[in-house]
Amino acid sequence: MPPAEPIVPPPPDRVARAAGTSARLTRATADPPWARALIIAAALIFLALFLVIPLAAVFVAAFAQGVGVYLAAVTNPEARSAIRLTLMTAAIAVPLNMVFGLAAAWAITRFDFRGKNLLTTLIDLPFAVSPVIAGMLYVLLFGAQGLLGRSLADRNIRIIFAVPGIVLATIFVTLPFVARELIPVMEASGTEEEQAAITLGATGWQTFWRVTLPKVKWGLLYGVIICNARAMGEFGAVSVVSGHIRGLTDTMPLYIEILYNDYDFAAAFAVASLLTSLALVTLLAKRFLGRRITDAPRVAAEGPGVDRRAA
Amino acid sequence: MDISSIDPRPTPRSGLSLGLILRLTAALALAIAIFGAVLGLQRTARAGQTMLNVSFDATREFYQEYDAAFAAHWRATTGQDVTINISNGGSGMQARAAIDGLEADVVTLGLAYDIDALSAKAHLLPANWQSRLPNHSSPYNSTIVFLVRKGNPRGIHDWPDLVRPGVAVVSPNPKTSGGARWAYLAAWGYALQAPGGNPASARDFVTRLYRNVPVLDSGARGATTTFAERGIGDVLISWENEAWVVLDHFGKDQFAIVYPSVSILAEPPVALIDQTVDRHGTRAVATAYLDYLYSPRGQTIAAHNYFRPSEPAAVHDGPSFPKIKLFTVDTVFGGWEKAQAVHFADDGVFDQIYQPGS
Repeated sequence: MPPAEPIVPPPPDRVARAAGTSARLTRATADPPWARALIIAAALIFLALFLVIPLAAVFVAAFAQGVGVYLAAVTNPEARSAIRLTLMTAAIAVPLNMVFGLAAAWAITRFDFRGKNLLTTLIDLPFAVSPVIAGMLYVLLFGAQGLLGRSLADRNIRIIFAVPGIVLATIFVTLPFVARELIPVMEASGTEEEQAAITLGATGWQTFWRVTLPKVKWGLLYGVIICNARAMGEFGAVSVVSGHIRGLTDTMPLYIEILYNDYDFAAAFAVASLLTSLALVTLLAKRFLGRRITDAPRVAAEGPGVDRRAA
Repeated sequence: MDISSIDPRPTPRSGLSLGLILRLTAALALAIAIFGAVLGLQRTARAGQTMLNVSFDATREFYQEYDAAFAAHWRATTGQDVTINISNGGSGMQARAAIDGLEADVVTLGLAYDIDALSAKAHLLPANWQSRLPNHSSPYNSTIVFLVRKGNPRGIHDWPDLVRPGVAVVSPNPKTSGGARWAYLAAWGYALQAPGGNPASARDFVTRLYRNVPVLDSGARGATTTFAERGIGDVLISWENEAWVVLDHFGKDQFAIVYPSVSILAEPPVALIDQTVDRHGTRAVATAYLDYLYSPRGQTIAAHNYFRPSEPAAVHDGPSFPKIKLFTVDTVFGGWEKAQAVHFADDGVFDQIYQPGS
């Protein structure tokens, strides 16, 4: 017999929260129209000044010398190598951090154990230390003069000044994103459904896969997206471990700096616009996915309001 | 009720959307992996012998041209293809990277001390490396000059003009940049040799000079873009070739080069990294790469990129470099090792006189 999920009423705390929201909305609409217009205008002007205009400037500078120069800049072998390395680094770092973030958030919000506070603090460590220090950690560990340098050199394994170092540094700096995004979502969603599932005889794995994961999928997706954006854009940590070998260990951000320092400004902005576009595409993909799933027919009790808010 | 009754079939709603996300993620990762693998295969299929030149900042344009010329020369004489990879950055920073394991087959750095460090700290090459090639292993040399803005509005003509109050001087960090160390020593040498000059007056002069430096970039090229592209400062203390490259890129009507009355003979040396070439099996090609720098072709390319050729007779159509009085680090400072220990080591003179933001 399938579980009678549709007739489960929404948890009381959710009802309370919804009521609070509508109360606040009522108060906001009571403000005079000119105040609202002022606040909205201020927000829009701020966004335009600090976000839209600089972004647009990147694209203007990229095409300043024509489409031909732009295409040549993004298709030459060094640029292709930088794009490839950036995508590859993100393709390794993001799934790993997705798994780690899920596991960490699940452990922290669903279980009580010794060292839980320590784990929560450690997850924030990459946020707290400068990316340059993150890079230095790997140099101290894997560098030729480092702790493991001698034995790695004997086995002819190269980590820093090579692709593995770049991937490691990227994983380090992007480690908190998924977990940090998931922990509040998991905490807010409570444990009632999981308890119900376990009461009904589900195993831990089934509970996780069929109850917890579907509840937090939007938080997960959002965490993955910002994790990916940072993985592709990271500069400081990667710069320390890269060695800056043209066409070999330059990611897109490092390559942009090289072009800029070569006085090749049009090419620098061309690659910068491409990196920006990659970020914009991820954001658009998120919106597209969000709409598609929200528009799908659903059962009333699932609480479409919650999903719409998340999208 | 048993477990099988909980999930006998996939739940359509949540299962679909979640599955979609996971499948899309997996498909994306797979696509990127295939894309990368294809490009990666292309790369290995193309490359013959490969070597890495770890160089400093001011040689970017020079080695791009030289590497193409050498690859053609190597193919013509041996029939083999060679791919030369290059890494540019502040000379001291690049030396540090080589010590930490950046596997350079050759290094072409800004000053001898940085290569000495590779020998002393990491035993990458013998201590007598500088005697293995002509001219102290410096196939080209340069000097330190001033780059000023159009029309020289602040009237900068010689070293004393740099320490006037209110003149903003741009120069990179002597801790990480070779060019900056040459610039520092040039200023010190000028003050020492000026009438009535002594170590105390030189120290005072350099102290006042760095009081006029608002920002220290890590390498020569960063300092140059700070000055030329971002428009910060009244004068850039620069490698001579770096200043000429700026005129080429930004237009001769934007900036002017000022030659001081006296400056330092800057010798950027080159060296083979024995430990690396023996492991990579690149000794022959790396040796030829450095020797070719002394050939007429190598000397001509250096001159075209505004480095002063060490054998000027080999160059026929290069630019003419103004003759100015040049002193050497050996005569004024007793060699690089001493200059480094006194001035640039931790708690050396530079650390004592330079207080950021003061």
